[in-house]
Amino acid sequence: MIKIHGLTKTFDRTIHAVSNVNLHVAEGEVVVIIGPSGSGKSTILRCINLLEIPTEGSVEVDGYELTDPSTNIDHVRAEVGMVFQQFNLFPHLTVMENITLAQRKVRGRNKSEAEEMAIRQLTRVGIPEKADSYPRQLSGGQQQRVAIARSLAMEPRVMLFDEPTSALDPEMVKEVLDVMLELAAGGMTMVVVSHEMGFARAAGDRLVFIDEGEIVESGPPEEIFSNPSNERTRTFFNKILY
Amino acid sequence: MQEQISETGQRKKSDRISDEQPWWDTFPWWGSLIAAILIWMAWQIATRDDYELAWDRIFPGLQVTVIATLQAFAIALVLGLIAGMGQLSRNVVARNLARTYVEFIRGIPILPLIFTVALILVPETTDLINSRLQAWFDWEFKLSFQMRATITLALIYGAYMAEIFRGGIQSIPPGQTEAGRSLGLTGRQTMNYVVLPQAMRAIIPPLGNDFIAILKDTSLLSVLGVLEITQRGRQFSASTFKFREGYFVVSFIYLILTLSLSLLLGVLERRMTRDRKGER
Repeated sequence: MIKIHGLTKTFDRTIHAVSNVNLHVAEGEVVVIIGPSGSGKSTILRCINLLEIPTEGSVEVDGYELTDPSTNIDHVRAEVGMVFQQFNLFPHLTVMENITLAQRKVRGRNKSEAEEMAIRQLTRVGIPEKADSYPRQLSGGQQQRVAIARSLAMEPRVMLFDEPTSALDPEMVKEVLDVMLELAAGGMTMVVVSHEMGFARAAGDRLVFIDEGEIVESGPPEEIFSNPSNERTRTFFNKILY
Repeated sequence: MQEQISETGQRKKSDRISDEQPWWDTFPWWGSLIAAILIWMAWQIATRDDYELAWDRIFPGLQVTVIATLQAFAIALVLGLIAGMGQLSRNVVARNLARTYVEFIRGIPILPLIFTVALILVPETTDLINSRLQAWFDWEFKLSFQMRATITLALIYGAYMAEIFRGGIQSIPPGQTEAGRSLGLTGRQTMNYVVLPQAMRAIIPPLGNDFIAILKDTSLLSVLGVLEITQRGRQFSASTFKFREGYFVVSFIYLILTLSLSLLLGVLERRMTRDRKGER
C-alpha cells in the first residue's frame, strides 16, 4: 500500500530531518512510529501525503508515485486520511459542514449523501448528537474524533495519524485511542506517530523506532518492548517508561 | 465616604478596579457631545438663510461623492485582493509584481499621485489606445477627470487593502490549509472554503475603516474640478465670500456620513466578536 524508498528530507539544505528511510506498509497493516522529538517521525508521515516534499527518494501510495509530476496529488490525498495533533477542524463550520465539505467538493456527493455519510462516521466515533455543534463547543477528545470522522467520510484507503493524542487532556486520550483501535480492528491501513505504548501493543502490527532521521529498529511491538536490540532504542525506552 | 484600610492591607473601596464604577464614569459622554454638536449644526443650517443657501448649493455634490466612493472602493477591493493574494503566491513573478505595486504606491502621497495619474498617465495611455482605436473603429476613448481621480484613489487604497488581505490570510494557522489539502481539496478550494471565510473576520473591520477613509479622500477630487461636496463648498465660498457658511455645511455633511458609517461598523464588529467568542 505504501512504499517508501531512500526517502531523504533536508530543510534549508543543511538540516537532515530524514535520511535514506525505507519503509513498506502492507494493506491492512498498522505501523506505529516512535522516536525522540525532532527525530523526523512527523516528517516521514507528512511525506506520505506530500505535505512535505521529499528532497530525495520515492514515495508510492496505492500504486501512485507521489513525486512523479504527472501524479494528481489531490486525487491521492483524497485516498489518504490525515489526523493532526491540533485537530485542525474548520472553526467557522459546524461539525456536519466540516465532514461534508470535502465529500461534496472532492467526491462530488450531493448534500443528502454527504450528510448521511457524515452521520454514519459520527456514529462510528460515538458522537452523532454533535453534528450541529461548532468545534469550539466540543472537548478536545470530541474534536479529535470529529477530525477522524471527517477523514473517514472520504473513505480513504490509508489513515495517517500525527500524534493524535498529544494535545489532549489525559482523561480524553482513551476515547480517541478506542476509535483508533476499532479502526485498526476493521482492517484499515494505518501509520501512527504516537507515544501511546498501550495502543502500539494492542493494535500495532509493527513498531518502528526512529532516531536522528533514520530507522533504528523495527519489528513486532511486543518484541521491541521486551527486548530492544539497539542501544538507542533501549535508552529511549528507559527515558519514557517507568 | 469614610476611608477604611483594614489591618490585612486590603485596598480601600475607591481604589478597587471593578465593575462597580458609578454610571457617570462609564457613560459615553463623547457620543452625547457629538450628537449635541450635530444637532446644533443642523439647527443652524435649517434656521439661518445664509446656511440654507450654502446647503442648497453644496448638498447636490453628495451624489458625486457617494458614487466616487463606491467606485473607488469596489476597484480597490479587486486590486487589493489580487495584490494581496499575489504577495502570498508561490509564483515568483506574481509575488514580486504585487510587492512592487504595494511598495511603490504606498510611497507616494495621494495629491501628487492624483496629478500624475490624471494629467500624465491617463492622457498618455489613452492617446496610445486611441491611435489604434481611431484607425480601426473611428472611435475615441475618453476618461472624465472624476474617473481619473477615482482610479487614483482605487490604486492607492488597493495597495493598502493588499496588506489587509495579506495579513488576514496569514493570520489563519497553516494547519487549516494542511487539513484542507489533506482532504483532497485543491489549493483554490482550500482558499475559498477554508481560509478566506475565516480571514474575513480579520479583514472586514479594517476594510470598513478604509471605506470611510476613501469617502473623506474623495474631497481630493476637488483639485481636478470635480463637483463633489468639497468643490461645491469651495465654489460657493469663493463666489459669495461666505466661507464660514460654506465650509460649515461641507464639514456637516462629511461628519454625518463618516460618523454614521463608523457607528454601523462598530455594530458589525461587535456582532462578529460575539459570534467568535470561544473559538480557538
